[in-house]
Amino acid sequence: MSDQTVSALALTELPSKRSFFKPHRIVLIVLAALIVFSVVWFMRWDWVPKYSGRLAYGIGVTLLMLASTSILGFLLAVPIGLVQVTGPWPLKMLARGFCTIIRGTPLLLQLWLLYYGLGSLFPQFPEIRNSFLWPYLREAWPYGVAALTISFAAYEGEVMRGAFAGVPKGELEAARAYGMSPFTAFRRIWLPRAVHRALPTLTGETVLQLKATPLVATITVIDVYSVISKVRQETFITYEPLLLLALIYLCLTAILVVGFRWFENHIPTRGA
Amino acid sequence: MADAGSLINWSLLALSPPGWGGVLLAGLWQSVQIAVGGYALGLALGTGGAMGKLYGGPVARDLLEVYTTLVRAVPELVLILILYYAGTDLLNQLSAALGYGTVDVSGLAAGIFVIGVVQGAYSTEVLRGAIKAVPAGQIEAARAYGMSPGQIMRRITIPAMLPHAIPGLSNLWLIATKDTALLAVVGFSELTLVTRQAAGSTKAYLLFFCAAGVLYLLLTLVSNVLIGLIERRYRRGMAEPA
Repeated sequence: MSDQTVSALALTELPSKRSFFKPHRIVLIVLAALIVFSVVWFMRWDWVPKYSGRLAYGIGVTLLMLASTSILGFLLAVPIGLVQVTGPWPLKMLARGFCTIIRGTPLLLQLWLLYYGLGSLFPQFPEIRNSFLWPYLREAWPYGVAALTISFAAYEGEVMRGAFAGVPKGELEAARAYGMSPFTAFRRIWLPRAVHRALPTLTGETVLQLKATPLVATITVIDVYSVISKVRQETFITYEPLLLLALIYLCLTAILVVGFRWFENHIPTRGA
Repeated sequence: MADAGSLINWSLLALSPPGWGGVLLAGLWQSVQIAVGGYALGLALGTGGAMGKLYGGPVARDLLEVYTTLVRAVPELVLILILYYAGTDLLNQLSAALGYGTVDVSGLAAGIFVIGVVQGAYSTEVLRGAIKAVPAGQIEAARAYGMSPGQIMRRITIPAMLPHAIPGLSNLWLIATKDTALLAVVGFSELTLVTRQAAGSTKAYLLFFCAAGVLYLLLTLVSNVLIGLIERRYRRGMAEPA
């Protein structure tokens, strides 16, 4: 996916603050304030204090899922991108097949395949049941982490392939002319340059990953989405919890976007 | 433990019951219908949205900005839940107020509506980017020839923006096919949900989820071939993309 497509799918820029006080905007802001006021006043929010602790816990789980799977996925994406550019052909085919399969099937299906499929397969092997991993494999979150990591790795692996291929040849030749070994050249020149080239897409991919995290609620991981589902089941309130959930995700996305912008501004770039 | 051969019972995939193959294919057909409908609705909304964002008045622009910002910042799953419940609820209240009593909204229509609204925001952004990539001079030249805005749209803007829009729009199509899986969460029996039901009642989880994965993958690969053909046609006379 190109950078433009990603930014069409995920919010990567906050709306600018400039000219907030044009006359029509003031009218719109007043209208929005009226709507917010009536939502707060006329709808039922008395359940919020009771569930606030669980909501905070759920937000924590969501953020933990997001951070761990993005980092793990990115670490996995580097070799996937690299072997597609320079690896021997069996590895190249393997990496390409992996990206095609993961990007060609819905994440929900992959998640359920791992959770229900592997989850029903593992108990049949006594070796696994007796291993030290079993207490973890009986829980839901390892499958959620695995599915989200694999998905992020496949999408970001495609980005890294482009990034590795796009590093100017002259820079690599210069590294070789300095007498660097292939590994040193990779560590000092190729990898840093490729990561630098891939950074702009990282905002969008991470926001997309945040938008994918609520799927883990379908395999009983207690994230913020599943806390809200619980609220809806227990209180029989239809809309208010969903509105709060949308607001929570909106805020999380905004924080991510601002954070990445700050991060990008602090990475030295020459020229452009 | 069971040996590998007996783990796979291929007869479960037979087309006629007791096999579940026919059920899976029916689910795939539902998914494709929703994807096509939702994508078409999304394109219509997106065309209007892109026009509004580029050429509309200040109020329309701000409202569209709110629409695309919200859809791009909130997970599809949450949007689908909100739109699914709010949409059917509003429709029921509306028809009750008009005195028709409650209407039974078909799952298919609700699914198309939900996917369409989400896709609408995405394609608004894709089309806006593509229209902005058309050199302003070409549009000015058309205006200088005395073409009406409709003619400019039909003769210049749309043909010139299509090569820029097609990569993004084809990605959106692939996303629409995969987003239909999310409707499983609201209980609409498309491919993913029927797969889960089939897997649950036969306990052959791996077999059925892999079979559904193959179906989705086939859908994607066939789409990719068609997209390649379309792209080649609309990129006639343009430089190969790097």
